[in-house]
Amino acid sequence: MITLNELDELLFTIKKQFDYDFCDYSKASMLRRINRFMDINNMKNAVDLKFELINNPAIFQNFINEIVVNVSEFFRDPSFFKSLQEKVFPYLNSYPKINIWSAGCSFGEETYSLNILLKENNLFSKTRIYATDISANAIERARKGIYDNNNFKDYTRNYYDCGGKEALNNYFVSDDRHSMIQSELKQNVLFSNHNLVADSVFKECQLILCRNVLIYFNNELQNKALELFYESLPVHGFLAIGKKESLRFSSIYDHFKEIDREEKIYQKIR
Amino acid sequence: MKTDVILIGGSAGAFNVILSILNNLDKSINTPIVIVLHRLKNSVSSFEAILQRHSHYQIKEIEDKEALKKGFIYTAPADYHVLLEKNLTFSLDVSELVNFSRPSIDVAFESFSTLLEEKCCGILLSGSNQDGANGLKTIAENNGKTFIQDCSEAEFDIMPKAAKNICNKHIELNTTTLIKVLNNEYHHKT
Repeated sequence: MITLNELDELLFTIKKQFDYDFCDYSKASMLRRINRFMDINNMKNAVDLKFELINNPAIFQNFINEIVVNVSEFFRDPSFFKSLQEKVFPYLNSYPKINIWSAGCSFGEETYSLNILLKENNLFSKTRIYATDISANAIERARKGIYDNNNFKDYTRNYYDCGGKEALNNYFVSDDRHSMIQSELKQNVLFSNHNLVADSVFKECQLILCRNVLIYFNNELQNKALELFYESLPVHGFLAIGKKESLRFSSIYDHFKEIDREEKIYQKIR
Repeated sequence: MKTDVILIGGSAGAFNVILSILNNLDKSINTPIVIVLHRLKNSVSSFEAILQRHSHYQIKEIEDKEALKKGFIYTAPADYHVLLEKNLTFSLDVSELVNFSRPSIDVAFESFSTLLEEKCCGILLSGSNQDGANGLKTIAENNGKTFIQDCSEAEFDIMPKAAKNICNKHIELNTTTLIKVLNNEYHHKT
């Protein structure tokens, strides 16, 4: 176990030695992730941890994968996806070409959920999705698009709750343990490594999805990421954040109007 | 910048106990209260509205990075873990379930206790799994007060019993006595 004081020093070391900057991440969440990592790997204290990180590259990579949270599900918050289809898709349809940024895509569940709904709403063929994540491991898995069958009962329920029109397993190729997303649904998705903390605007996008990613940042870093989103959106572009996240504490708040207050969907107005 | 906080954790059978605690807390008490109750995800519930009818506090479902304030009762949103930052703002977290639960009582109790130490009071009520026991133990180890609902009174005793087994500094009380103790402990801390 490490303490809050040791955490600051550790994050500073990681920044200096490895060029990964977690200094402005939520400390409470970081502390929990790191202590969990130490617990799983039988490390007793900060000295053990630092020694392993510096001397063992495989452990360091493993550490990065563990401390960035990659938990997601298909159609998390069905009411959000329902609202997105009703309130945002008709607007997107007026564009000849649509670019969407799925920021912090983790293993791809959110990105593919979106893509399935784009297909059902006849927007698929003119849409390109840029899906990014800080974790190379997550990007690799998202690209593969293979998921454990055990969770599909929940996913199916979510899918119908958000207005799904088909059978969810039509979009997958399955064996008895795993399901892989259909290759067609991968074709318009470009997965890449992107760090919301360090990297800059790469494409103008009419819709940015970044749900339950900002919660791992402190206020300053949230602001920085939100400014990046602001710059990536055209006027009238849409931003969706997590249900319990808020633009209220940010500098860009006045530049957006609420499209759905409950589901945290915003539109850039200036 | 430590401040007193009362944490209440519970699951099946805890809701009515929470209502009677809120109903009977002295109106002069304004120590922030955080309620972590296991609830169904994706269900629109009127949980906060019901609590509001029974309390002089303002009831607020937690939003990420919002500040902890006196006079408020905060509820953990369904499907998020709740953590506390050094500057006394909340952080939410959607990482793995802990004890099959998100929010997990253990996660919240441990995070608050690490920061607030002896200022953090933990109350564990009725429930049918073992979430909360480790968290309560952490609070006790950091010299915070720990209360467990009387196992014979609790509608489901798995949760309080689990805590009793591993947290040896706890005080086990029925609801009526618990309310008295809280009123006595916190009426002057406004």
